[in-house]
Amino acid sequence: MRSFVPDYELVVAARLNDALDMLAEGWRPIAGGTDLMVLFNAGKLPYRKLVSIRRVKELSSIEESETEISIGAAVTYTHIRQHPVLRQEFPLLCSAASWTGSIANQNRGTLGGNIINASPAADSSPVLLVYDAELELISLRGTRRIPYCDFHLGYKKMQIRDDELLRSIHLPRKTENRRSYIRKVGPRQAQAISKVCFAATARLRGSAIDEVRIAAGSVAPVPLRCHATESVLRGQSISPDLIETAANAIAAEVQPITDIRSTRDYRRAVTANLLKQFLQTLA
Amino acid sequence: MNTSNDARGFRPNRREFVETAVAGAVAGALPSDAQSPAAPASTECTLRVNGETHRLDLDPRVSLLDLLREHLQLTGTKKGCDHGQCGACTVLVNGRRINSCLTFAVMHDGDEITTIEGLARGAELHPLQAAFIEHDGLQCGYCTPGQICSAVALLSELKAGAPSFVTPNIADLKPLELTEDEIRERMSGNICRCGAYVGIVAAIRSVAEGQKA
Ligand SMILES: Cc1cc2nc3c(=O)[nH]c(=O)nc-3n(C[C@H](O)[C@H](O)[C@H](O)COP(=O)(O)OP(=O)(O)OC[C@H]3O[C@@H](n4cnc5c(N)ncnc54)[C@H](O)[C@@H]3O)c2cc1C
Ligand code: FES
Ligand code: FES
Repeated sequence: MRSFVPDYELVVAARLNDALDMLAEGWRPIAGGTDLMVLFNAGKLPYRKLVSIRRVKELSSIEESETEISIGAAVTYTHIRQHPVLRQEFPLLCSAASWTGSIANQNRGTLGGNIINASPAADSSPVLLVYDAELELISLRGTRRIPYCDFHLGYKKMQIRDDELLRSIHLPRKTENRRSYIRKVGPRQAQAISKVCFAATARLRGSAIDEVRIAAGSVAPVPLRCHATESVLRGQSISPDLIETAANAIAAEVQPITDIRSTRDYRRAVTANLLKQFLQTLA
Repeated sequence: MNTSNDARGFRPNRREFVETAVAGAVAGALPSDAQSPAAPASTECTLRVNGETHRLDLDPRVSLLDLLREHLQLTGTKKGCDHGQCGACTVLVNGRRINSCLTFAVMHDGDEITTIEGLARGAELHPLQAAFIEHDGLQCGYCTPGQICSAVALLSELKAGAPSFVTPNIADLKPLELTEDEIRERMSGNICRCGAYVGIVAAIRSVAEGQKA
């Protein structure tokens, strides 16, 4: 059943401050609408007052500095996929963008919307975790920055207040010489929500793993950075034994559930296999 | 908007603020529909649809799809799922394909919208329309307007060098080849319940190859 339309209000904000004013008064942001409109069309959207942030310029550009790339929260997947610096330095983000929904979805859906919608299966989350992303939040009271790894507190619970807007996502430009790996496992690539999504990067010194970052989605109530598994690997050289030990570590570290998309055991087994595949690429 | 709660009324300062905020003005309009417990406020906006300018006074909660079908009587664009999953409602906005069911019309003030009705030039079909007929790219035809709009965008994305998931190296900036896999991947947001996919891929391929030559 569709929503009862008269219950809703929608305003298009032209400027960042106008949007912030409205948030302070209890309005909720709508960016690409690819999550919200589905709820709306199904009669399940809890918010009644929506302010569109699509026309706010400050939110829709990608800025480069020497130390970081800053992606406005309302930047679309299409914009990400086509950005030369992101393609060069943050290829995992472009890959994740390329299989998020269809191209028509990618022309509207935004990175900020994906983060705040906070699905544990969101395809961008593992990538943002391995790239050490930081989120910049803004309200009439000012701005603050939070490491993305601390942002999700529990299922759909985040460190963001109702009057705050996600302004941008900062990615430190430290990816040189990192090997990277990403894979989405789902019934099909396009239009399907992941059963497991997995991203990892590593830097080798000689044959030893000098630096490693591993993250997965759809395996816990929040997107998971797998610190325990990383510490099993750090400083070690790839060997069949190490791969086996690490696979056991990640199977213990994830806490997947059984739901309509998959089972707990399948998700656990797939995550371990993806880790093995990643480690084999390093050998 | 709910008359019983004061927010709908846009207190004077709210009205003033919103009018400036909205570049085109969302005003709390007066109740017009006696049946509805809540009166829709209207928003003025200008949309160019298939080259024609429409100045509209719109309920801000009308989806772009409903605007096209119910208000402008452009029923070529279809509603399949209303959830962003089937692609039947695909239209071009400033040359890019989007699902018109997943967006509100007032969010497109000033945008250029092209629907299936805007592709032919008089009696002369768009090359993709002709190719869909030539290659049997349809059975019932319900998904076809969305398929064709999507395919129009596909060809221009390809020209612009936009990579897709099956592009061998997404970081590579070399020109892309339109393989059948690329077509299938790039069209994967458009579902055909009749299963006319073979003809759809052939139709797109023939136009792409014709353009290259
Ligand atoms: C057919 C279909 C397929 C999909 N496939 C995938 C997929 O494969 N993988 C995947 O991860 N997702 C998928 N999605 C989900 C969705 O497209 C993404 O989550 C998208 O990134 C949401 O962005 P949006 O701008 O459309 O969000 P919106 O719907 O506009 O907003 C989502 C939420 O974020 C809030 N919000 C948005 N921007 C901000 C901001 N700047 N600050 C604070 N809050 C904000 C909104 O209030 C809302 O709660 C799919 C959706 C559809 C319809
Ligand atoms: S009706 Fe819009 S995608 Fe199905
Ligand atoms: S032709 Fe019938 S749904 Fe595609």
